[in-house]
Amino acid sequence: MCRLAAITSKDYISPMETILALETMKEGHDGSGLGLTLKNLGGEFEKLKKYPILSGICSKTGKKTLDDFMNKQGFKLKHEWKPKIKPVKGIVARDCYFARAYDYPASYKNKSIQEKESLLMNTRLALRRIGEPGESIFAFSFYPDVITLKEVGDPLEVAEFFGLDRDGLKAKIVLAQGRQNTNYAIYLYACHPFFIQGYCSMTNGENTAFVPIREFLMSRGFSGYIGYNSDSEVFTHILHYTVRQLGFPLNYYKDVITPLKPSEIEQRKDSEALRLMKHSLRPLCIDGPNMVIGFAPDGTCFMVQDSKKLRPGVVGGVKGKYALMSEECGVDKAVPKRDRSKDIFPMKYDMVIVSPDAQEVKVWNQLQG
Amino acid sequence: MEPASGIRLDHNHKLSLREFPYIIRWREDRCKRCGKCTSVCPVKAIEPTVKVQRVVKSEGPVPTPAAVRSITHVVEQVTDMERYCTGCGTCTLVCPNEAIEPEFNPQHKFLHYKNKGGDGYKRGGRRNDPSISTLDRLKFTRISMLTDPALDAGRHEFRVRSLIGRILPPEELPLKMVNGKLVVDKESRFIPPVREIFPIMIGSMSIGALSPPMWEGLAMGVAYLNEVEGLPVVMASGEGGMPPGLLRSKYLKYFIIQIASGYFGWDEIIHSLPHMVEDPAAIEIKYGQGAKPGDGGLLMAQKVLKLIAKIRGVPQFVDLASPPTHQTKYSIEEAVAKMIQSMSMAWGFRVPVYPKISGTKTARAVLNNLARNPYAAALSIDGEDGGTGAAYNVSMDKMGHPIASNLRECYLDLVRQGKQNELPLIAAGGIGKKGNLAANAAALIMLGASAVAIGKYIMQATADCFGDEYNRCNLCNTGKCPRGITTQDPKLYRRLDSDRVAERVVEVFKAADVELRKIFAPMGRSTELPIGMSDGLSIDDQAMAERLGISYAC
Ligand code: SF4
Ligand code: SF4
Repeated sequence: MCRLAAITSKDYISPMETILALETMKEGHDGSGLGLTLKNLGGEFEKLKKYPILSGICSKTGKKTLDDFMNKQGFKLKHEWKPKIKPVKGIVARDCYFARAYDYPASYKNKSIQEKESLLMNTRLALRRIGEPGESIFAFSFYPDVITLKEVGDPLEVAEFFGLDRDGLKAKIVLAQGRQNTNYAIYLYACHPFFIQGYCSMTNGENTAFVPIREFLMSRGFSGYIGYNSDSEVFTHILHYTVRQLGFPLNYYKDVITPLKPSEIEQRKDSEALRLMKHSLRPLCIDGPNMVIGFAPDGTCFMVQDSKKLRPGVVGGVKGKYALMSEECGVDKAVPKRDRSKDIFPMKYDMVIVSPDAQEVKVWNQLQG
Repeated sequence: MEPASGIRLDHNHKLSLREFPYIIRWREDRCKRCGKCTSVCPVKAIEPTVKVQRVVKSEGPVPTPAAVRSITHVVEQVTDMERYCTGCGTCTLVCPNEAIEPEFNPQHKFLHYKNKGGDGYKRGGRRNDPSISTLDRLKFTRISMLTDPALDAGRHEFRVRSLIGRILPPEELPLKMVNGKLVVDKESRFIPPVREIFPIMIGSMSIGALSPPMWEGLAMGVAYLNEVEGLPVVMASGEGGMPPGLLRSKYLKYFIIQIASGYFGWDEIIHSLPHMVEDPAAIEIKYGQGAKPGDGGLLMAQKVLKLIAKIRGVPQFVDLASPPTHQTKYSIEEAVAKMIQSMSMAWGFRVPVYPKISGTKTARAVLNNLARNPYAAALSIDGEDGGTGAAYNVSMDKMGHPIASNLRECYLDLVRQGKQNELPLIAAGGIGKKGNLAANAAALIMLGASAVAIGKYIMQATADCFGDEYNRCNLCNTGKCPRGITTQDPKLYRRLDSDRVAERVVEVFKAADVELRKIFAPMGRSTELPIGMSDGLSIDDQAMAERLGISYAC
């Protein structure tokens, strides 16, 4: 079972804080990989908030292809961050890891957010398509104020390898996953967290209904619903589909992935809508075992369980800094000075929602709506 | 010329018993000559007769063998193809001494002769193919193990339920947000009716084809399952209407009413409409039947007794033939749409209306048309292994399409269009052929079916129907059903106890519910049906695996 660690804070924090918290849960993952998503960036990216950042990895030849492609699309490089690689035994360094802030093509300057978002996503997908065959380019995310890093290896060692302990890279939200490789080959696109157009999530556990969910998403006519090297990627896409595409409030994500029974629906004020949703979104129902941690574009973070709560999860912290972790020891590491009695262990009906800048934690109970 | 003694020398045109599909094994030493077997045989395949035998006897203290002629009574199988032994075994059932038994003869030449008078062989039952069907070759191979805890069929909550009815795509849901909550904006669009059902339903078998106790037994069982057991099992009426009392009862909601090309029974149904207290579960428009594609329905005159004549609105004792096609049907775009529309309108658009077709290579064309029709509530596809009460053997044995690949290609077609959840597919034909009801149903669900329909299986499991794929019995068309299932003759149907049928219906569905959980639990599916979860399936044949888009396992 993978271990998940997320910290949301009003101040910029180093990603190392999240990785050290993840490290405390080490017995839960086999060090087969680390995935890291940073949102609301500080440090050298603090002044570049409106520029989309392309995060990825490329080979030497891939770099040329990447530059040519981005130039041709009209993107102008504004700033580039490269990790200060420190060779670590066991991690095979690839040629070039990067997070590059670009300026939009001139023709997009005055376009709406939605149009910009589709340009960014389609550019990322095009790069993925070009670079995937020979693994010359990996593009993990391309979005303003978001960086994604992924590499195979023990999380702490990967962090050292990236030099995150010596780097000034900072963010207000950091999601990290220590991968426990199961039935799929270790492949960078299979590492969590997954990101699409401002929505991000990571999860542990398998997804038994992966195939019908994937088929449903892929048949929505939305070009971003591809990939699926991991069965968990659909959790991110369901989030995106529910909130962005269908326009439902965030808490309905819970109703989509773990719909209530008809008798329980009757108790909700929005029962009529839920009944229709349960039918229409039937293929997106998950069965667990899963605990999902994610964020929405506005910086709201959440934790949610499968309908039987087959995976652990805990949220704790203080106003201004909350940790969402697989295990209590992770929260202890991230926010040691807190009232532990207030820690939240969400049960099967709960969705823990931490507001932007970690101002407030709410437990939304699905039964009560 | 025959000699005066009357002994024929030339038996040239007489058939030998070796040509017959079943040969009766009669044991003279056990038979007490009670005559039960000969009187019960539905086809008079055996008869009592007298034989003169030469027996060597010895009496007295020392052996003094002497040949004597004795006259004995024997039971003899006739060699008239019109009275062939069907292998039903009713004679065995009634024999007090286990003296008689039919034995299947694999070398028979039955079909070479069964066309007397220039008419092809007609029968009931289903395709005579005893080989292992595709459904029975499918295995559930993705078992949740240590990486993802399997669910516990006994402890975890399971909901083995499905939907029939047109389901709106999420993008078209008439929802709006009021104070952060979603509410339904009813004015903005039509919301089609959807029913939640148990994924195994009893398929269409008409009240004329079935005897009163059989139909009643099924209906009572279904009502009990719904009302007492909380299992929403539905049953389809078949063509020929429903008893008026049932049409006006609260139990109507557990029934799917069928309309077929003969429109039998619809006079009564239309007249009952104003008095209905519940809507039916759905309306099924029958365009085809898997057992006999291209063939209409046929209720033989001998089955059209008083009650049947009344329900169907026809005179007694006439052959009731439904045409192979709806007479009004000349194009799918128009006629089918109109039919769906009219049926929907009759119940104020509160009842799902769907067509049923026989399995065919052209199923996808029908499907695509329905996918574009927002009122089409489902598509039921009946594969070649479906059963029937009466049809030409050639239609049953040779016409039609197996259900597995037909269903699968339809499902994948819907997936390509993103409509896999909008238009539920109902699969039928050969489910439970070898007794594996839950496994066959689960396999079809994982290939993409929302529900499956059973017919022959339920007759076998609840009323001990003799029929099998060795052409055993299959007299359903003759009105002489020895089990009292498919007959209107009170002398025969009084053998069948409707309460016992109902009891068995309940047992069958409860057991299927448990078995479905036992399949779904280790595959990690509990809250929704694993519709299209094809990665859970494998088959031991590369070509089949490829055709079905699943993995190969051996
Ligand atoms: S098996 Fe059936 S058909 Fe054959 S002799 Fe016995 S009762 Fe008659
Ligand atoms: S027992 Fe009755 S229903 Fe079954 S095959 Fe024989 S005639 Fe048909």
